[in-house]
Amino acid sequence: MGSRASTLLRDEEIEEIKKETGFSHSQITRLYSRFTSLDKGENGTLSREDFQRIPELAINPLGDRIINAFFPEGEDQVNFRGFMRTLAHFRPIEDNEKSKDQNGPEPLNSRSNKLHFAFRLYDLDKDDKISRDELLQVLRMMVGVNISDEQLGSIADRTIQEADQDGDSAISFAEFVKVLEKVDVEQKMSIRFLH
Amino acid sequence: MVPYLVAAWILVASLAKIVFQLSRKVTSVVPESCLLILLGLGLGGIVLAIAKKAEYQLEPNMFFFFLLPPIVLDSGYFMPSRLFFDNIGAILTYAVIGTLWNSFTTGVSLWGMQQAGLMDKGVEAGLMDFLLFGSLISAVDPVAVLAVFEEVHVNETLFIIVFGESLLNDAVTVVLYKVFNSFVEMGPAHVQVTDYVKGVASFFLVSLGGTAIGLLFAFLLALITRFTKRVRIIEPLFVFLIAYIAYLTAEMVSLSSILAVTFCGICCKKYVEANISRKSRTTVKYTMKTLASSSETIIFMFLGISAVDTSKWAWDTALVLGTLLFILLFRAVGVVLQTWVLNHFRLIPLDRIDQVVMSYGGLRGAVAFALVILLDRDKVKAKDYFVATTIVVVFFTVIVQGLTIKPLVKWLKVKRSDHHKPTLNEELHEHAFDHILAAVEDVVGHHGYHYWRDKWEQFDKKYLSQLLMRKSAYRIKDEIWDVYYKLNIRDAISFVDQGGHVLSAAKLTLPSMPSRTSVSESSVTNLLRESGSGARLDLQVIDTVRCRRDKEDAVMHHVLRGSLYKPRRRYKASYSRHFISPDKQERQDKEIFQQNMKRRLETFKSTKHNICSSKSKARLKKDVRKKKKNDALNSELPNGKPHRSVTWQETAPVTMMVNSEEEESDSSETEKEDDEGIVFVARATDEILQGKKTSSTGCPSHWGSLDICPSPCIIPPSPTLAEKELPWKGDQDSLAVYISSETTKIVPVDMKKAWNQSISSLESIASPTGVETGPHGKKLASPVLEEEPQSASPTMPEQRTCFQFPNHVAKSGRSQSDSSPESIEQQELQPLMVPEDHTRMSPSAGPSNSRWLIQFNRPTRL
Repeated sequence: MGSRASTLLRDEEIEEIKKETGFSHSQITRLYSRFTSLDKGENGTLSREDFQRIPELAINPLGDRIINAFFPEGEDQVNFRGFMRTLAHFRPIEDNEKSKDQNGPEPLNSRSNKLHFAFRLYDLDKDDKISRDELLQVLRMMVGVNISDEQLGSIADRTIQEADQDGDSAISFAEFVKVLEKVDVEQKMSIRFLH
Repeated sequence: MVPYLVAAWILVASLAKIVFQLSRKVTSVVPESCLLILLGLGLGGIVLAIAKKAEYQLEPNMFFFFLLPPIVLDSGYFMPSRLFFDNIGAILTYAVIGTLWNSFTTGVSLWGMQQAGLMDKGVEAGLMDFLLFGSLISAVDPVAVLAVFEEVHVNETLFIIVFGESLLNDAVTVVLYKVFNSFVEMGPAHVQVTDYVKGVASFFLVSLGGTAIGLLFAFLLALITRFTKRVRIIEPLFVFLIAYIAYLTAEMVSLSSILAVTFCGICCKKYVEANISRKSRTTVKYTMKTLASSSETIIFMFLGISAVDTSKWAWDTALVLGTLLFILLFRAVGVVLQTWVLNHFRLIPLDRIDQVVMSYGGLRGAVAFALVILLDRDKVKAKDYFVATTIVVVFFTVIVQGLTIKPLVKWLKVKRSDHHKPTLNEELHEHAFDHILAAVEDVVGHHGYHYWRDKWEQFDKKYLSQLLMRKSAYRIKDEIWDVYYKLNIRDAISFVDQGGHVLSAAKLTLPSMPSRTSVSESSVTNLLRESGSGARLDLQVIDTVRCRRDKEDAVMHHVLRGSLYKPRRRYKASYSRHFISPDKQERQDKEIFQQNMKRRLETFKSTKHNICSSKSKARLKKDVRKKKKNDALNSELPNGKPHRSVTWQETAPVTMMVNSEEEESDSSETEKEDDEGIVFVARATDEILQGKKTSSTGCPSHWGSLDICPSPCIIPPSPTLAEKELPWKGDQDSLAVYISSETTKIVPVDMKKAWNQSISSLESIASPTGVETGPHGKKLASPVLEEEPQSASPTMPEQRTCFQFPNHVAKSGRSQSDSSPESIEQQELQPLMVPEDHTRMSPSAGPSNSRWLIQFNRPTRL
């Protein structure tokens, strides 16, 4: 399977992805085979349905939001490049990457990009602010039905109040980063990709 | 005599602790464990000088049966479980492979030294003896590690790895010790291959068996605490008893007792904490800390004392130096090798500095000492040498390494842990992170850690929690909520500290408690993590982050005691009932009855207003949030809305049941009520009130349920009283009111009629009030004002605007168009007087009264 996948993937393409995402060659081919196995339509792109077919995602409270995060604005197909670009957010930061960043574009798996990924899950209307309603929606997804709407409302208010610095009753990305500054985002937003 | 001595020793040790802590300078440099050992040395010296012989020493039996279990239980129970399981791979590796490596290399090297003729001829020991010695000397000691590391504050991961290792290596140590001990006793010549196989097999048996026993008892403990609702007072006992029985059971069948207690503690915590009452939680925590701390103190002191007993010593410089060198060297080598392997699998690799600290943090302690004392001198000829060496090693690691590790950590700039209070944002977003990672693993199709954790949480949610948690606890369990709740309490306290008035229960009311509003339990999310993301690592230190709750309790308690306990004053009445002891129940009943009635009336009115202003509800909410007090409003809004007759019907019985013995009629509802009254955790309703109640001394459980009264849901009822009061006035009202309430209760149809009547009458009255308060500008002002009256006090009618009771007075006065004190008085008495008239509802017959009411309520329900 792996060999078949790699033959379908052109070498220069792999190189580009490698450069962009920082994944290793073997990781890319492994993920490519996963990509093709998800791709039931066999057209080289994944649709939302392809993702929704993953059983565990259906029971993930944030599943739909995360699926959406794979799709570029306004599109309903994602190709392998886009797929990898999203996954790259979750690549752990390696030691040698910490030092070299200054020059060149920020790697996709930087702290701020990881945070931005999370931020975008909340920020539905893409105005770079988490409004109370947006927060409430996510809360509703995450806490299930055990808690009443009023309670959720007060939690949301409290959350915003805690983070809000400029008094606009919404959480901007800067504020989002600020409230999480003590959290080990590098670790908590990384998974280990098999080599 | 013996018990007296024991008590005296404990006293001495505790006093010593006080003395040490007096001088911050010393304790900031020298770990307490060192000071205690030195103190022990001193005391031992004195005893030796007086009695001419060493009287006391650390007895292995005492150590293993009494001193060790509390420490292990404490560490297991307060283990930050998420962190522990996040690093379980590394911990197990170091604990098993590392300990095996250390034992064998140390033993073999020492044997090599002896073969090379570097040791004294007196050291009569073969390979097996040295391996035996290696096994007991190489295990990192949980007590010592805890004592030293808690003062160092290295980062959580590092701490949990070293500490976890020290706990889990017990199985390896026990097995190696027993196996080699039997080999030595059999004589090396008689050891056969099958014995080695047995040794390996026994390792799995001992470790897995110990863990299984721990899990079994954890399950049992959780299950038991599920049913302690009526015996709150002995809840804490179960925790200690069962954990101790787990320890003894494991010890009895020669399994790893430390593993048993550790896992018992880790696994039961979630369920036990959810089940037991808040007071019990505090009790468990403090008792555990006290026991562990005193055990630790005694252990170190006795280590010092034991060392004085030179009759058991046999010194050999080569052996001592060799052992010291080897344990340091091989630990370092072992750590480096294992870390190198582990880093291939770790998300965040352990760097050099971590490895240095881990190598250097391998402290030996009392376990090694107790084990070496247990050796049989006839079988192990070199026992005296081993004892001396062990003492030196323990002293060296605890004193020298303990002293230097802090500067070393500073010098290496090891990432320290920062204790900060968990914020709602962190909690929330970290949950989101977890979900994101689980989802990404699903997308990638790689079933990693997050996948399995997710699976486990689902299993836990579906089966375990349902089985092991009380229904009420299970329903209200949610970490985000929990953090929110705690933060709110903190705010409330600071609010009080700043001189704010927290008089009205309604003002600080939070959204109604979850269980009340929650309907189904099919939450997709299950939040396994223990509350407080900032895991507290200093297992011994009580006064850090986690204890906030207790401190708050205390503060609450004092606030209450100091200022609020004046039962007859109206504005305090809402709290006072929690303080009245049962013998005052009679009066209590009256008050509660009055209050409930009053509250219903007022909420009813406020509901009216809320409905009027419901258009602006969204905006209202936002505004209101900013001022905490106003939270009440929000909770009231939605709860009040579900319309009267309905709420009335279901809530009225609840209110009444409070006093009645009807608890037995255990409809799930009743059970819920009762439970919630006590398990305040997520009782959303007016936290303040709850906090107070919790801290208030020993209110019996049924008082707890009284707490329900202020909760918004209940307020709507009592249309009858309300209704009648308004249209009519003064004394006459009371009678009229009563009658109507009576009738309504008996005849639902009548009630409805009366109810409608009341609504209309209220409407007519409410609107004028609304106008009057209108001038305050904000729309929310009027609802808020309306709400106040619930706990309003007739004593201060002037301050209408500042959320004080006066509003109520003013209002009620207004509504009756008679604001003279007498009328108020009468109004208050109405419910009381009324019953007397009819001889049935006499308030003095507290319980029966309520039962009676219930009986009459039931029909309406039907």
